[in-house]
Amino acid sequence: MQAMIDLRNVSKSFTLHNQGGATIEVMRGAQVSVAPGECVALTGNSGAGKSTLMRMIYGNYLTGSGQILVGGVDVAAAEPRDILALRRETLGYVSQFLRVVPRVPTREVVAEPLLAVGRDRDEALDKAEELLARLNIPEALWALSPTTFSGGEQQRVNIARGFAHPYPALLLDEPTASLDATNRATVLALIDEAKARGAAIIGIFHDEDARARVADREVDVSAFTPAREA
Amino acid sequence: MTPLLSVRDVSKSYGQRIGCTEASFDLYPGEVMGIVGESGSGKSTLLNCLAGHLEPDRGEVIFDTRSDGPRDTLRMSEPERRMLARTDWAFVHQNPRDGLRMAVSAGGNVGERLMAVGARHYGKIRDGAIDWLGRVEIDESRIDDRPRAFSGGMQQRLQIARNLVTGPRLVFMDEPTGGLDVSVQARLLDLLRGLVREMGLSAIIVTHDLAVVRLLADRLMVMKSGRVVETGLTDQVLDDPQHPYTQLLVSSVLQV
Repeated sequence: MQAMIDLRNVSKSFTLHNQGGATIEVMRGAQVSVAPGECVALTGNSGAGKSTLMRMIYGNYLTGSGQILVGGVDVAAAEPRDILALRRETLGYVSQFLRVVPRVPTREVVAEPLLAVGRDRDEALDKAEELLARLNIPEALWALSPTTFSGGEQQRVNIARGFAHPYPALLLDEPTASLDATNRATVLALIDEAKARGAAIIGIFHDEDARARVADREVDVSAFTPAREA
Repeated sequence: MTPLLSVRDVSKSYGQRIGCTEASFDLYPGEVMGIVGESGSGKSTLLNCLAGHLEPDRGEVIFDTRSDGPRDTLRMSEPERRMLARTDWAFVHQNPRDGLRMAVSAGGNVGERLMAVGARHYGKIRDGAIDWLGRVEIDESRIDDRPRAFSGGMQQRLQIARNLVTGPRLVFMDEPTGGLDVSVQARLLDLLRGLVREMGLSAIIVTHDLAVVRLLADRLMVMKSGRVVETGLTDQVLDDPQHPYTQLLVSSVLQV
């Protein structure tokens, strides 16, 4: 089957111009391929480059060389507006941190990805409420901005937002960290449902049980970490 | 898709000193672009050249007009350009006093824009003004007050209502949240984002506030000494800056 996400010989360096022009090579020859309906877990020690790779796939970090194909679009070479369209329609990302405009109610934060693809407002809000209820965010909070919520609540709002639109490709950075058992089970169920509808998923899971439950394969990112001179 | 605005090689000098030089970019319908840089980097000069407030020394500013398609606004006649500025463009100044008529009531400030594009029916103009005051969260009971009786944040919201009431397609904003309390800034950002989404506006926002562009702009252009030194997706430029100056700019922001 044709891959939904396909990384071909991907590399990346950071050049720190204001710190003596130091260049740090962080990724070399990365190859990852994910088919629709498949979940691939990135593994490797802290600093191996799991989050860096994920950010490169999302277009948040520039790619040095190689190709990052998501639904046929090469993120490594695409124009900003093409990446914006890809993020709107095709590629979702649940990061570890919630970043929102202050004052926007939680319900609207979660509905936003649906509104962005032109879905009807009522329908989008219904879907948002359904997800918030599933993730046990009390209804009393839905009309409030999530900026004042606890860390765990913010993370669940972030997850609700990431699963509102049925993206064909999904990036999940520690989706089960800091969740209690009930909510963790809900998130794993959401991941299973996304796989069942054909989403290609790349995830970082420090939670080994969660990884074992949802991941079909593991890719050890340290294989792509260039050796550093001591 | 045709860009709404195509900027080609726009340069402007003040005598020997460079204001901005060789700025080129395309802005597509519905896109919001941020221009950041320190004071004196040329970002306001560029904005004023694009909006027709300053005449660049060379370059092209091609706007996709409703009637005739793409036209170079720098080579239009003055009346044509003024008509464009009244109908399809809007300009939000940093200081609301520069964009409002301080001796005219709030309702008048909004309504006179409708009259300028041909509205004549008093009741409809007043209804339009009330509708827009509501959208920028100014209570209808303040319609007959003069802007000087308003707080800074309210004045800024009134300026936005005055600018958007005619349904422009492109909005130029020069430090729209500058000089406002952070709580008022947040409210204004929320408002602007909602309006951009609902009206399908394109916007160019000049600011030195990186938090503002992160929340409002799809794309970013970084200027230094009159030159564009880096462009890209907003989050990419802020999280993985490539140019030494952008790296310095991003690393200089105090974390809260």
